[in-house]
Amino acid sequence: MAGTEHGEVEETLKRIEAHKGVIGTIVVNAKGIPIRTTLDNSTTVQYAGLLRHLTMMARSTVRDIDPQNDLICLRIRSKKHEIMVAPESDFLLIVIQNPCE
Amino acid sequence: MPLPNAAASMRKGSTVLKVTLPGVKSTKAASKKKDEEEGVDTGDGWDEWSHGKALKPPDQLELTEAELKEEVTRILTANNPHAPKNIVRYSFKERSYKPTSVVDQMAVHFVLEGSLLHQDSDEARRLRAREGLPDETATVDTGAEPDEDKPETPATPLEDGGDVEEAGEDDRPDSVASKTDRKEPKVTNQFNFSERASQTLNNPLRERSCQTEPPPRCIFSATANQWEIYDAYVEELQKQEINKEKQKAVTSKKENDKGKKKTMLMETQNDDNTKVGKASNIFERMVTQNTFDDIAQDFKYFEDASDEFRDQKGTLLPLWKFQYDKAKRLSVTALCWNKKYQDLFAVGMGSYDFSKQGRGMLVYYSMKNSAFPEYIYPTDSGVLCLDIHEQHSYLVAVGFYDGCVAVYNLKEEGLEPVYKSTAKTGKHTDPVWQVRWQNDDMDNNHNFYSVSSDGRVVSWTLVKNELVFTDIIRLSLNGAISEGPEGVQHPGIACGTSFDFHKQIDYLFLVGTEEGKIHKCSKTYSSQFLESYNAHSMAVDAVKWNHFHPKVFISCSSDWTVKIWDHTIITPMFTFDLNAAVGDVAWSPYSSTVFAAVTTDGTVHVFDLNINKYEAICQQPVVAKKKTKLTHIEFNPIYPIIIVGDDRGYVSSLKLSPNLRKKPKAKKGQEQPKGPEVEVAKMEKLLSLLREPEQNAV
Repeated sequence: MAGTEHGEVEETLKRIEAHKGVIGTIVVNAKGIPIRTTLDNSTTVQYAGLLRHLTMMARSTVRDIDPQNDLICLRIRSKKHEIMVAPESDFLLIVIQNPCE
Repeated sequence: MPLPNAAASMRKGSTVLKVTLPGVKSTKAASKKKDEEEGVDTGDGWDEWSHGKALKPPDQLELTEAELKEEVTRILTANNPHAPKNIVRYSFKERSYKPTSVVDQMAVHFVLEGSLLHQDSDEARRLRAREGLPDETATVDTGAEPDEDKPETPATPLEDGGDVEEAGEDDRPDSVASKTDRKEPKVTNQFNFSERASQTLNNPLRERSCQTEPPPRCIFSATANQWEIYDAYVEELQKQEINKEKQKAVTSKKENDKGKKKTMLMETQNDDNTKVGKASNIFERMVTQNTFDDIAQDFKYFEDASDEFRDQKGTLLPLWKFQYDKAKRLSVTALCWNKKYQDLFAVGMGSYDFSKQGRGMLVYYSMKNSAFPEYIYPTDSGVLCLDIHEQHSYLVAVGFYDGCVAVYNLKEEGLEPVYKSTAKTGKHTDPVWQVRWQNDDMDNNHNFYSVSSDGRVVSWTLVKNELVFTDIIRLSLNGAISEGPEGVQHPGIACGTSFDFHKQIDYLFLVGTEEGKIHKCSKTYSSQFLESYNAHSMAVDAVKWNHFHPKVFISCSSDWTVKIWDHTIITPMFTFDLNAAVGDVAWSPYSSTVFAAVTTDGTVHVFDLNINKYEAICQQPVVAKKKTKLTHIEFNPIYPIIIVGDDRGYVSSLKLSPNLRKKPKAKKGQEQPKGPEVEVAKMEKLLSLLREPEQNAV
């Protein structure tokens, strides 16, 4: 990937947010505080808190089975939309999309 | 007074007895009678409050005079009236309930446990033995004991008296004992003892204490999973390795420290979006996949079932469409798949229009993300051709409209090419139409070839930091005389527009020219062509060797034709007229007889010579607007996908339907033949039909 500098990542995140069907994106830092979000505060805090635990649990499961393995991404498909969570270096990236059929 | 009490109880008893079995009636009646008699007696006794009348309970039985006078004998037996008379036990032997004959009649009324022992009993003897009194001195003991007993028994109720008396009596048994010859140990009286105690002076208690600061506490919790243990081991291993390195060299240790300092600095800059860089890339792909979910499914799984009914013809299913905003006004001038990552392809953008020359772009797309390119390199001049190295797929050679060639390294961070040719280093004077990577030379330097309208085929070698060029061949117009203004005849320079290297024979290559000729050349002969073919009436846009058959190549031109050749024969084997200028043609990687061509009317033609030697088995327009011209086409090396570029900057991907991908049918019972030999054989069969018999003999 050409460059993971700040500008590139920023652009990628902007593109994701502008993509069709994407309801919101949240970036959560290592302390659990959302540092970037396109949703309102209460929803953001709720998502961040709940998904953090779930991701930790999923990661623990994957690594418990094979310690050399690691979780890349967790996708939760619900009736209304799809929540995608990726833990990366203690940060958490959350994208909520409504896959239009 | 016991009697009235008993009577009262009996009266009570009578009321209770009324509810018992009627068989006991006689005794009841008797008891009633007695009650009455006694009741009369007691009635006399309780004169004060009974008014002289007999007190009858209200529910007493009414009996006649005769019945009252009846004499009933009462027998005293030793039987326990409360003992049950009819105990029944289950006998397993007889499998039925049997009445027990003998019933215990003993009734215990009062039990009092005492601690007196008979002096001749076993226990007494044992006690005595323990206390040390021998049995022979029983007489003396009995003499002594009654002395002791006598004062003791009266002493027991009155303890105070006992104390005084005992003190005196203690002497007597002692004196008695001292009188006897044998020593008699004193037997302590377990009923009467004295306690002697004295109160000492208690020092007053003083409490002294000191309070310390409680150690700071924090709650620690952790889980012991397999991966935590693994992580701990890995950390330990790393520490050990670092220690080893430290021990080896001191200078390297210093560097480590510096490095650590740097990382420390970086960590303080937290809350950076860059941390989620990787994840955001993956997410972009996921989001795109969600939006274009049906396309992804089609790509992977859809096989057009209606091909069975289509009578050998096939179709192309449109999949993703790739476009980049900033490249909208440019046309696609080159396409190339990456051999290593088969979902990645490179698109060169520029302009074919002579008058509208501006900048260009080199853009990489991945099929996983159709929304945005993976790599973007803007260029000053329009890109006309590109080629990705087969082994080192991060190297791409690019040819420009201004005659330059450049090499980009995808692993490098910048947007500039790592190598670029300049006027000094032998760049072409005319647009570069085709570039191709070749095998590394003897010094293991990478090299590639380029062909241009200035008539030169040049080999470029990447030596350290620069591009070294070598003219391989100068294309000249064979036999043509160009009239210069001076009238001097000099050999004209042909303009090369395309070339292709033989897959197996390294030195052999073909060059197509603007005049419509194709020359077969060798890398080693720089002045002469091995062969020349009068291929087309207009410029040869593309010439490609067959992937399987070593003798066959295909060429296309703006003169509306596509021709297939056997390089040993001067005339073409097959000619196809496509009713529009053909922009590009490509062999399929899976079959030696399948190829596809694109025309400027926006149609893709797919041919399979094995099925139909004269017509295309698929002719499909793939662009929405009629005016869009298709410029290039490429087959994916492993997937049944073709990408088509047009002059509006779009790249469309299409899936080939099953009819277009047919493999030769196996005969029943035989195994499906596989491998390139089959393809070669297939082509050979076709060709042999066309060759003239004399040539066959040759």
